[in-house]
Amino acid sequence: MWLFTSSVGRKVVMSVTGLALILFITFHMAMNLVAIFSAEGYNMVCEFLGANWYALVATVALAGLVFIHFAYAFWLTWLNRQARGNQRYAVTSKPKAVEWASQNMFVLGLIVILGLLLHLFNFWFNMQFAEIMHKDLVDMGGGALIAPHDGAAFIAYTFSKVWYVVLYLVWLCALWFHLTHGFWSALQTLGWNNQIWIERWRVISYVYSSIIIGGFALVVVWFYVKSLL
Amino acid sequence: MEKNINVKLKIWRQRGPKAKGEFKTYEMKDIPTDTSFLETMDILNEELISRGEEPIVFDHDCREGICGMCSLYINGHPHGPATGATTCQMYMRRFADGETITVEPWRSAGFPVIRDLMVDRSAYDKIMQAGGYTSVNTGAPQDANAILIPKDVADEAMDAAACIGCGACVAACKNGSAMLFVSAKVSQLNLLPQGKPEAAKRAKAMLAKMDELGFGNCTNTRACEAECPKCVSISHIARLNRHFIGAKLKD
Ligand code: HEM
Ligand code: SF4
Ligand code: FES
Repeated sequence: MWLFTSSVGRKVVMSVTGLALILFITFHMAMNLVAIFSAEGYNMVCEFLGANWYALVATVALAGLVFIHFAYAFWLTWLNRQARGNQRYAVTSKPKAVEWASQNMFVLGLIVILGLLLHLFNFWFNMQFAEIMHKDLVDMGGGALIAPHDGAAFIAYTFSKVWYVVLYLVWLCALWFHLTHGFWSALQTLGWNNQIWIERWRVISYVYSSIIIGGFALVVVWFYVKSLL
Repeated sequence: MEKNINVKLKIWRQRGPKAKGEFKTYEMKDIPTDTSFLETMDILNEELISRGEEPIVFDHDCREGICGMCSLYINGHPHGPATGATTCQMYMRRFADGETITVEPWRSAGFPVIRDLMVDRSAYDKIMQAGGYTSVNTGAPQDANAILIPKDVADEAMDAAACIGCGACVAACKNGSAMLFVSAKVSQLNLLPQGKPEAAKRAKAMLAKMDELGFGNCTNTRACEAECPKCVSISHIARLNRHFIGAKLKD
């Protein structure tokens, strides 16, 4: 099967799973913004995406995407190190046209995965998973009890802690770098590129990544500032 | 302004494919700055021979940027610090007086070292043999203008055909990928009417050969394009991807 055996096929898998993940985080970001405007509205979204069959199916599909993307990233990086050979250059240089992110996609991805685990622990575990386990209230320690579908309360709680704010911002930063390269790289991999579009796609990548990451970061900072007031 | 400079050449010496290599530093005195880099290597080799030492092995042929034989990785750049130029087209005025210049062979699993600075690039020949041709009946050639080709298409095919098969793209790539070379060779034929009938087959065969020979998976870092002495664009890689994916989906 060419998606396993050929280099371009393997890249197509990276590209399609990556684009699907971009689509997902776009919706995710839009839903997070709701929390700034209305806690009730946000909790309606949370209830809608709680332990219902369609949300569970989507969660499993999403986990599958991340897993495939990660597994292929690991495989590709390993193959590429082999192709490079055992002997490294004594002197190396990075030409100006080469984006730093493009040569560090795996490391950036690893940071994204670690951030994702923290994120699942902070939110998914206390919300959808708590619902699956039929918990009515989640004990956050220090006497704080939050209902699993009260997403707004989880946001307010998590981002009142400065350490979480810092970790989330680092995580978002890594994802920004990953996307600035990943977005146009995915289109290039699919062959949807030429001399003219290459610069356009690159600009679009930077703008789009900044909008997405900016939206996520805004929610984090907003609730941190609110917790101080 | 022409002047003479002194430089130190730190050069990779390796007696054979399996032997352990090491850097050796050679002092070069009074080298005129309008000496080409390969001439400086010649001067050094003359000195080594007169001292009874083994001369340094390196590839070269035309010394005018068309054959693709020269292949030195100089101060962290394939073909040295000059852009859009091969090693043989680079002159000593690129370097400062007293500078240490590090010279290494291409380093990639697909291009094993034969000796010193010379690597085995026959992998590229094998990729060409897999599909870098058009099948035609021999006989009297028809008039060149009988097949009209739009100027922009002809130009793009010509830009791809500028590739001299030097392997700097692989040398520059952190993934050891040969995609820039393969895509240039696929593009130069697939763009033209004469190459179209075998376009899908060519894309599949040349890419399969590249993978088989142990080159890496392209992640679009663009290092190849930046270091290519012929400034071949990665838009050709997009075309190769397009033709390859299209061919696979049709199968
Ligand atoms: C929300 C999470 C993520 C998104 C939206 C995302 C998106 C993308 C996109 C669009 C690409 C470009 C595909 C291509 O070039 O064809 C890509 C490539 C890549 N990703 Fe991710 N990714 C994510 C998470 C991860 C994770 C967790 C890893 C794990 C280490 C990772 C590692 C890589 C690697 C190694 C590449 C290949 C570099 C390249 O092809 O240019 N990514 N990603
Ligand atoms: S694409 Fe450029 S760097 Fe690669 S082999 Fe051809 S001329 Fe050399
Ligand atoms: S020796 Fe022919 S291109 Fe340099």
